[in-house]
Amino acid sequence: MSLAKRIIPCLDCDNGRVVKGVKFLDIRDAGDPVEISKRYCDQGADEITFLDITASSNERSTTIHTVEAIASQVFIPLTVGGGIRKLQDIRNMLNAGADKVGINTSAVLNPEFVREAAERFGSQCIVVAIDAKCVSKPGAEKRWEIFTHGGRNPTGLDAIVWAKKMVSYGAGEILLTSMDRDGTKHGFDLELNLAISEAVSVPVIASGGVGNLQDLVDGIVIGKADAVLAASIFHFGQYTIPQAKQYMREHGVEVR
Amino acid sequence: MKHVAVIDYGMGNLHSVAKALEHVGRGIKVSITADPAILRAADRLVFPGVGAMRDCMGEIKRLCIDEILREQVKLKPVLAICVGMQALMQSSDENGGVACIGLFAGKVQRFADCLQDASGQALKVPHMGWNRVRQSRPHDMWKGIADNDRFYFVHSYFAVPDAPADMVGSADYPAPFCAAMSRKNIFAVQFHPEKSQRNGLLLLENFLSWDGQS
Repeated sequence: MSLAKRIIPCLDCDNGRVVKGVKFLDIRDAGDPVEISKRYCDQGADEITFLDITASSNERSTTIHTVEAIASQVFIPLTVGGGIRKLQDIRNMLNAGADKVGINTSAVLNPEFVREAAERFGSQCIVVAIDAKCVSKPGAEKRWEIFTHGGRNPTGLDAIVWAKKMVSYGAGEILLTSMDRDGTKHGFDLELNLAISEAVSVPVIASGGVGNLQDLVDGIVIGKADAVLAASIFHFGQYTIPQAKQYMREHGVEVR
Repeated sequence: MKHVAVIDYGMGNLHSVAKALEHVGRGIKVSITADPAILRAADRLVFPGVGAMRDCMGEIKRLCIDEILREQVKLKPVLAICVGMQALMQSSDENGGVACIGLFAGKVQRFADCLQDASGQALKVPHMGWNRVRQSRPHDMWKGIADNDRFYFVHSYFAVPDAPADMVGSADYPAPFCAAMSRKNIFAVQFHPEKSQRNGLLLLENFLSWDGQS
């Protein structure tokens, strides 16, 4: 096999600035997403994910400008998520230079949106982001449920059933975040990852909980993910992308 | 001034390929257009494409892009990318069968379901990510690019040219498939050079100086 497993740094941006704890920069001015994207690209990141957490929708134009600026300097795939609610939002992001869009809450509110988006723009650019939390009792068979709004709102949807449904509606990729692990640095929820990866035919990106480089290897080898997404281990300067790739290579994972 | 026209038939993201061309070809003019006059005036053409083949061919025919291409490939270098490459074949299995432009003999088929690698791990479709491209034969477009180096792919279908001589590059998923083909003025790639960082930019740079016909 020669298809490489991907490492995807994720930039959480608020009103055009990277906000998720960038150690080396003042917290009020957390970092320029264009500069940071370019650095990750030069280091050998396989893709960039840009997550817009801007609360106010009238600041959306800032996001479009930022995406345009990243896309004119970074020649690797760029996924933009956050606030994608209408076909026009997707059109705007693709025109700005995004290659894929991440759809999360809007998919839960209106699954047909995913079908329409895939038919219009092609499955290759539709990433459905799933935030899942374990809801089974200890000892019982594991069950995960979909949550929206940053893990606050339960939906009653079973994560595996939902992932399969989204693929049948045209999702080209699943970005799977464990709400139990996100921000904990305890590693991916490997059981969740394996369950989803084996249930769907499209690539799965593991997200949420990376604390060290072994977590990345485990996500791929045990969780059977096709790509791993991380933010803080790279932003904080804890590890560089080349260090992550070297570690993965030494542990039998094919990387670029 | 060199003038590259990126053929716009309303399918997908042309910003990326235009930006990448502007990045490597300082001072060149890049147009994104379906205007036959501009396509005829340009020094070289880029024929990109994403999305479903039926929709792509519908627009290609409506805008007479197929006729312009048949005429222009005799005159200037053309780089086809992804679905643009597939559209050059005679037909595609996508959407229950679609007749394509037919500049290359052969068809377009889908990766089989339930593919596995040598260790038995399931392979996902779309084939998405960085894969190695074997250079089947030397070509000006490979200049400066190492054999077996990686490019970014995202696709579920691939071209199967009838003539082995048309193939200039292949990749494995898990069986070898055609990743690049060329004849005369046409060079066509299944991967995305505009998203393949250094190697992709090199290929685009090579395209700007390639005189075709090789």
